[in-house]
Amino acid sequence: MPTHTFLVNGRRVQVESDPDVRLLWILRDRLGITGPKYGCGINVCKACTSHLNGRAFNPCAVRVADLGPDDEVTTIEGLPAAPDAGGAEDPDLHPMQEAWIAQDVAQCGYCQPGQIMAAVATVRAARREGREVTDADIDAIRNICRCGTYFRIREAIKEGARRM
Amino acid sequence: MTAPHPIAQSTTDLEGGSAPGTDRRRFLGYVVAGATLITAADLALGTSDAQSVVTPPQPAELYDLNDLLTHAALATSNLIAIQLHDDGTASFALPRMEVGQGITTSTAMIIAEELDIDVAKVHVSLADARPELLFNQLTGGSNTTISTFTPIRVAAAIAKGALLDAAARLLGDNLDQVRVKGEGIIEGLTGSISYAELAREAASETTRQVGVLLKRPEQFTVIGTPHTRVDARAAVTGQKQFAMDLEVPGALPTMICRAPTLNGTPVALRNRDAVLTMPGVTHVAEVPTGYAVRAETFGQCIDAVRAMDVEWQDGPLVQQSDGDVRGHLRAAQLPFVVPPIGRTVEHEFTFWFRGNSALEPNCAVADVRSDSAEIWAGLKSPVVAQEQIAATLGLPIDRVRVHVVQGGGSFGRKLFFDAALEAAQVSRAMGAPVKLMWHRADDARQGRTHPMVVSKVRASYSGKQVNTFEQRNCSVRTDFTHGLGEIITRFAAQLPVAGNYAFAQTIYLLTQELGYNFGVVDQLLNEVDLPFNTGSMRNIYSPDTRCAAELTVDDLANRMGEDPYEFRLRTARSPRTRAVLEAVAEAAQWGRSMPAGTAQGIAIHKEYKGVTACVVEIDCRPETVGRRIRNAVTGPRVTRATFAVDAGLVINPRGLEAQMQGGVMDGIALALTSSLHFRRGRFLEASWDNYFYTRHWNAPPEMEVVVVDNGVTQPGGAGEAGVAASFAAVACAYWRAVGGPMPTSFPINHQALAFEPKPFVPPVPASPTDGRNHMY
Repeated sequence: MPTHTFLVNGRRVQVESDPDVRLLWILRDRLGITGPKYGCGINVCKACTSHLNGRAFNPCAVRVADLGPDDEVTTIEGLPAAPDAGGAEDPDLHPMQEAWIAQDVAQCGYCQPGQIMAAVATVRAARREGREVTDADIDAIRNICRCGTYFRIREAIKEGARRM
Repeated sequence: MTAPHPIAQSTTDLEGGSAPGTDRRRFLGYVVAGATLITAADLALGTSDAQSVVTPPQPAELYDLNDLLTHAALATSNLIAIQLHDDGTASFALPRMEVGQGITTSTAMIIAEELDIDVAKVHVSLADARPELLFNQLTGGSNTTISTFTPIRVAAAIAKGALLDAAARLLGDNLDQVRVKGEGIIEGLTGSISYAELAREAASETTRQVGVLLKRPEQFTVIGTPHTRVDARAAVTGQKQFAMDLEVPGALPTMICRAPTLNGTPVALRNRDAVLTMPGVTHVAEVPTGYAVRAETFGQCIDAVRAMDVEWQDGPLVQQSDGDVRGHLRAAQLPFVVPPIGRTVEHEFTFWFRGNSALEPNCAVADVRSDSAEIWAGLKSPVVAQEQIAATLGLPIDRVRVHVVQGGGSFGRKLFFDAALEAAQVSRAMGAPVKLMWHRADDARQGRTHPMVVSKVRASYSGKQVNTFEQRNCSVRTDFTHGLGEIITRFAAQLPVAGNYAFAQTIYLLTQELGYNFGVVDQLLNEVDLPFNTGSMRNIYSPDTRCAAELTVDDLANRMGEDPYEFRLRTARSPRTRAVLEAVAEAAQWGRSMPAGTAQGIAIHKEYKGVTACVVEIDCRPETVGRRIRNAVTGPRVTRATFAVDAGLVINPRGLEAQMQGGVMDGIALALTSSLHFRRGRFLEASWDNYFYTRHWNAPPEMEVVVVDNGVTQPGGAGEAGVAASFAAVACAYWRAVGGPMPTSFPINHQALAFEPKPFVPPVPASPTDGRNHMY
């Protein structure tokens, strides 16, 4: 079986695997990184949202063989070390995670790692366009929350963006 | 256990007061033998009082579902215990399940209140299945706080009393000279000492019964204060563990290839050998629901399930579609019996099947050996699960350990233990530990559903007076065979004569209370026994029943020329209902001027020993309804939601607000977007891009929850209380915005199928590979 090399949360990993296995299962079942959750396996619920080279992506829809040695995967576990985490009061958290706690967003919590990763990427995307995140940007986030925490997510994204 | 030995030990006892049993705050509990201080109380303490009665009452007004759940607990007298540790923390294993509703947080707050320590120093875990608790380990009916409030307080208050005793002894002071200074420190005349230092000193060598007086509500400093969830940090860092995150030695990913038709059964796997040679695959086994495959990763399980060449026996409903089911329900509808007086209005409503899938799919870990089994799963009725799994495996109950894991949502789904039972069967068949997970497509197509309902309402009125109000709910049978959490009631619900229907009718009557002075009120349930996999969904019958009733209330108000709010306020039966109506109307600016195509809607609900009222504003203008978002259902949008709740004594206002906000999202989905379509024995929906639960683009950007304090000193339920009034308010707002005939089919978008159904063979879709093209 081929060996696949890439970066996860700042650490270089080598995984022997059938090339077709989607990255979500490499992370969860092989590397024990369980922050990204399974909710559909077809890139619609977005519970596994993580970052690839700083942008939001869904590891349920990327083959492990499609990652190169310079590709850097960041899951919720690695978010506090992101370059835009400096505004956090707690060095073990990203400001968006702090905003999530401040707004007491999570209920069951299953979708929240994905929601936070989507939120950070949405703020970054707006900043790349030279603007701040808007309600319309938040309306377009596809991550589902079956507990219905959307209103507090909306508030937390705005608060987190101010501190990013 | 030694003979009862009441002692005056807590500071509160020094206030004097009446003998045990004659004071609502005075109770008996136990100091339990242990190395550090352990105190306990009977979980059946503090059963609710009869509510005040207005004539003529509906059953739910006198004795509701929560009384049934609380009184079911009286059959047992078993203890829940709090332990104090020598690091100054306290721990408690809650015999309930946390699924997001916030009971670990509220329980920690209740303990912190009586024990006078910081909430962060209280660690609440979920108890394993405790068969000796019988009925008393069911999480449902929003009953947790109602039933556990008093016993938990008693155990915590006894712990504080024992700590004060020990502190007085060690400091050489009299009991009346020591007091809790706060932060886990007790101070006396000569010095102070911490709970941590006292944990061993206060320990008892024997178990003894003691009396205790609880705090008065006006002494509360934690209860009633907003508190962030105790697991908030774990949730946002990815550290919170769900069943599939557990590392159980040898438990490898496992999935099941399921039939294309609902409840179809396996006949033959034609390519077993080929599947066994696929990458990562270790085992293949037949179980009653299909063919299980165990592999190194779930991805390889998905590939193997897709590769299976299976002969199936079709399920029993293969000739049926949901239109046929509606016909069965109409035919079985019970007749109206109350003679109408004056003019009559009559409406029939259809509520299509809905999915109660949580975001975490059905899943469980099982390690079954020849003489024992161990199960890890999110279970709201773990005692029934334990007993059923033991019976299925032919093991004694005490050889089956069942660990309750926090759930990634429930919404009724985790009342049952389908995945845990299957995991046990698979583990036995394979002779290996398994981590069994349902694919999302399985969860949507073969999982339990909220049954379809046809609800008829007939009301009569003369002048400004409603004289009669009758409602007939006919539903596909709702499975209550989880009973009240214990195998005895589970079998009672399976009895052919009294059986599930009697149980269901009981649940219906105990939960429905119209809340309006409408003369003769009569609400009844009938059920049609079709072999669907059903279960209660959050708030059981109430959202549908309430939606049908409130639309009829709006119709009556129209006919009388009255404003919907004023009409409700005038006819509301109780001061608590009037109070939430007034609160919601004021906060929502009821009656404010709205553009054409938009409107407000208002509704109430009364359940869980509380009252709620909701006002929403909806936008049905073409530019909003026609918004285009890829693979999404947009449609009318609720732009503002205001929700007033009187939930009795509120433990955590912040958690209560969260539950109401979530309930509103459920209400929006039920009214506008979310349903299952059943065609020739198959549910068409296979994932979240087919089943349109509320999404960010459907959620109201403006939202306010008003907590109304009506001076009630006992807690009510919160987890399900937000759904019914909000569903009804959205339906009423929609009708007011679009005008024309009353909407009577919910959700309103059900008739037009908004997606292309995914294939049924293979039963699960392939995972895409183009994720890098959708980055942002």
